[in-house]
Amino acid sequence: MSEIQYEAVIGLEVHVQAETRSKMFTRVARGFGEPPNTLTDPVVLGLPGALPVMNLEAIEKSIKVGLLLGCEIARVCKWDRKNYFYPDMPKNYQISQYDQPICLGGEVEIELEGETRAVMGPHRKVKLTRIHLEEDVGKLTHYENDSLVDYNRAGSPLLEIVSEPDLFSPDEVFAYLTSLRNSLVYAGISDCDMEKGQMRCDANVSVRPVGQKELGTKVELKNLNTISGVRNGVEYEIQRQTSVLREGGSLTQETRRWNPDQRYTTAMRSKEMAHDYRYFPDPDLMPVKIDDAWIERIREEIPEMPFDKQRRFIEQYGLPYSSTSPLCPDKELCDFFEATVARCKDPKKAANWIVNDLLRELSSAGDEEGPMPLGNAKMTPAHVAELVNLVEEGSISSNIAKEIFPETFATGKMPAQIVDEKGLKQTSDTGELETICSQVITDQPKAVEEFKGGKENAINALKGQVMKATRGQANPKLVDEILRELLSQ
Amino acid sequence: MKEPQTMDVEYAANLARIDLTVEEKKKFNGQLGDILQYFEKLKAVDVEGVEPMAHAFPRHNVWDEDESRAGFSAEEALSNAPAKRKDQVVVPKVIEE
Amino acid sequence: MPDSLHEKTAAELGECLAQGEASAVEIADAFVARATAVDEKVHAFLHRDDEDFLAQAKRSDERRANGQSRGALDGVPVALKDVISMKGQPLTAASRILENYVSPYDATAVVKLKEAGALVWGRLNLDEFAMGSSTENSAFGATHNPWDLSRVPGGSSGGSAAAVAARQAPLTLGSDTGGSIRQPASLCGVVGMKPTYGMVSRYGLAAFASSLDQIGPFSQTVEDTAILLGAISGHDPLDSTSYPTEVPDYRKGLTENQGPWKLGLPKEFFGEGIDDEVRRLVDEAIAFYQAEGHELVEVSLPQTELAVPVYYVIATAEASSNLARYDGIRYTHRSERAENAIDVYSKSRGEGFGEEVKRRCILGAYGLSSGYYDAYYLRAQKTRTLIRKDFEAAFEQVDAILTPTSPTAAFKQGERSDDPISMYLSDVFTISVNLAGIPGISVPCGFTKDGLPVGLQVIGQAFKESEMLAVAHAYDKTHQFGRRYPEL
Ligand SMILES: [Mg+2]
Ligand SMILES: [Zn+2]
Repeated sequence: MSEIQYEAVIGLEVHVQAETRSKMFTRVARGFGEPPNTLTDPVVLGLPGALPVMNLEAIEKSIKVGLLLGCEIARVCKWDRKNYFYPDMPKNYQISQYDQPICLGGEVEIELEGETRAVMGPHRKVKLTRIHLEEDVGKLTHYENDSLVDYNRAGSPLLEIVSEPDLFSPDEVFAYLTSLRNSLVYAGISDCDMEKGQMRCDANVSVRPVGQKELGTKVELKNLNTISGVRNGVEYEIQRQTSVLREGGSLTQETRRWNPDQRYTTAMRSKEMAHDYRYFPDPDLMPVKIDDAWIERIREEIPEMPFDKQRRFIEQYGLPYSSTSPLCPDKELCDFFEATVARCKDPKKAANWIVNDLLRELSSAGDEEGPMPLGNAKMTPAHVAELVNLVEEGSISSNIAKEIFPETFATGKMPAQIVDEKGLKQTSDTGELETICSQVITDQPKAVEEFKGGKENAINALKGQVMKATRGQANPKLVDEILRELLSQ
Repeated sequence: MKEPQTMDVEYAANLARIDLTVEEKKKFNGQLGDILQYFEKLKAVDVEGVEPMAHAFPRHNVWDEDESRAGFSAEEALSNAPAKRKDQVVVPKVIEE
Repeated sequence: MPDSLHEKTAAELGECLAQGEASAVEIADAFVARATAVDEKVHAFLHRDDEDFLAQAKRSDERRANGQSRGALDGVPVALKDVISMKGQPLTAASRILENYVSPYDATAVVKLKEAGALVWGRLNLDEFAMGSSTENSAFGATHNPWDLSRVPGGSSGGSAAAVAARQAPLTLGSDTGGSIRQPASLCGVVGMKPTYGMVSRYGLAAFASSLDQIGPFSQTVEDTAILLGAISGHDPLDSTSYPTEVPDYRKGLTENQGPWKLGLPKEFFGEGIDDEVRRLVDEAIAFYQAEGHELVEVSLPQTELAVPVYYVIATAEASSNLARYDGIRYTHRSERAENAIDVYSKSRGEGFGEEVKRRCILGAYGLSSGYYDAYYLRAQKTRTLIRKDFEAAFEQVDAILTPTSPTAAFKQGERSDDPISMYLSDVFTISVNLAGIPGISVPCGFTKDGLPVGLQVIGQAFKESEMLAVAHAYDKTHQFGRRYPEL
């Protein structure tokens, strides 16, 4: 008897903080890293008599997310209260959207790993159920005997993006979250920093025998704090469920917590404690009506999405996939690239400089927080373009260019200026080069003999001596020609 | 005769997170049953096609521009807290359900 | 001066101040003295900050001396029901659960009163969280009806009504969710008014039922109510349900508008269940209007019978959610028996809430719970639409509607305490006004042979307070029953 094969089905609930100046339902500042309980006011703390007022920017950002993910934007959406008691929630109800969310449907394009890193992997679109807007809760810190609550985060605008059970492996989960994050960062919705809690994810994981239509028993996974953590937690949970079923056991619908250090999941809540949230329309808030003109205005603000940009870069500039994959997730870097291309003739070279040298310099100029932000660098597209052009024109060799890149980056001096100051301009003076080449031929009889004996590589040793003598400024193509000419005599 | 209306007082009290004494439970069982009985009147109303009235004078799009104002200091925020430490509210141990 | 300062209306006090016949400090002193003398009997106040009151009075006098008086209310005391936030003052909502709470901010109505120069003073008793019709459900002791101390003042704004009736304040604010201003005004023989929903900001009013609550004035006369209403009304960006509309000059409107009016008498409000003496006094008031040349028209509000159940379904559902924040975590009462965070909720709320609040929160949670929402809350909201339509139809025929405010005069303390439904029925004439969102006012229209006051309710059209006040004033200016007050 052959063993039953199981497949996993995963749905994700992603919470993303929308970046706004003020909170969702009051105009006190929203932020991260402020002293505890200072981003509070009567509304945030749920004091007697406090009332909510919507934040227009949060609504516009939600519409934008809906548009960029291809959702249907609700013409009317409303606010509901989700009632439950928890110490991080000041009013003991969360203002959320229940049966009339702001966005319905939609999809997230994902890319799976290709055969090699140099090859584009297969793409697929993961279906979304809905996106709604709600308010965030405060932050609890647990100690041995008690817990502390900071309400700074409470009331921040929070987008809940709910996928269909339309993901089938931990890798797809990883690809989904990466793609979603890239798109949201592109559109300026959020920095989606999971460490800062700007993006949080719960996963609904079930397994079923391959070929079965109905979903298996669903387990909700919590405490998935990084994108890799989500992948690992989901992977563990699929294995756990599969082995329970293989051993003839049965699964319970429950919530489990991922313990990232020990790498296993533990049960949190059982189904019997299922909440009765008593949703009802919030009488303190009026509904939102969204018309075509508004939607069209926001649509115009939507930038090109990362995968679309990648396809265009490959097509329009002839970039290899391997250049676009580090470039395209970063919109600022892409803008930098296109600004460079506008000033130079070789897009491929420009891309190389950016994804190799520029990224390397940024990362070594960074600190424990991460690489130096591009915006802080003294290097501009004009610098990179000039470098590409100097090499292209034959004014400097690409070796010289490599050499001066760090200095350009560090000082912000234009490459041509460094070349001038240091006298690095490539020598193309045939007379001068002929003299040097003759001298090198005289000085290196062994290499000359080897070359003449048919060892083609030996010419490199001669070239190296010429370059050394010219401090690298000789035009390598010209040196090659002159040496061959002289050696053939 | 109408069936006496009953209500799961314990379930609803748990939803409302209100501890009741034994006497209160007994008393509420009767009173809340009577009140539900009284609410039965509503079931006779024909509300087919009637819009629910969520607001006395419904409007749309009542919002603010996204500008931030100064809020409380930690001291003001916690001025009524029954227990505080490190500018935060202290709560007894949170046991995850 | 013939009268003592504490007997005067707000309009008269404003006149005294303008003429230099009295200073704000003298006025404040007079009310402190009066409250000190009589509040042991009445128990209208839960808290008074006399020092702050006198400091405000001093500042008012200084403004006036500098020619910077802010108008009719500058230097006139206004006392607050203890559900309206005032920075630095306690707010208990007459509940143990807020026993030590001090508000760190001002309600919008308080901001407006301060801007008008009023002396905002005192925290007035109520039924806990405004749930009740007798002010017996106060965790800090009942308020007594100044006309008969063995009787209730009505509720939930019983302290606000009794304070005016006992001349402990010329003006007070209350809140009205199902009659909580008009019913105690009627039972205490003063004027009390609920504005159109959205006319007065709810920001800073501890919510009972958000879709029904409104703050409103108490006073001796309709004229004073017009003055106070003008000061607290107007659009507030901090309350999303506040309505963006102009605030007319209500005081001017009292005399500008003389009718003749078509006045509606809803037949459903004049059936059984009304006390004979109440009926007689209200009929006399109606006869007055007829004699003055106004036309009386019978109208019908067919859904009247449903108002009480609709109200209790909606109000308790909203309350169960609004009162969830009182949990012992962020402010005031936390049970000492709580061993973990979940315990804090049920034990603190079990200890901190009184019986009626518990009853309503449980009922409200039930009405919203899984499987019952459609049968209770949603159905009640739809029926509420029908009740509003009844009023819209009636107002196609008439300018205002006249009814009794309460089916009886003040009842004895303890008489209805253990029968929630009979207590709920005290609000049968006022509740549908809240459900429809329209304004209503109770005007004193005489006394029973036992010497208990009775009120006439005038119901107006949405946002037409001015016209409604004019109708009420037409009766009040010639009868002035609210100017009488009991021996204490
Ligand atoms: Mg969710
Ligand atoms: Zn959520």
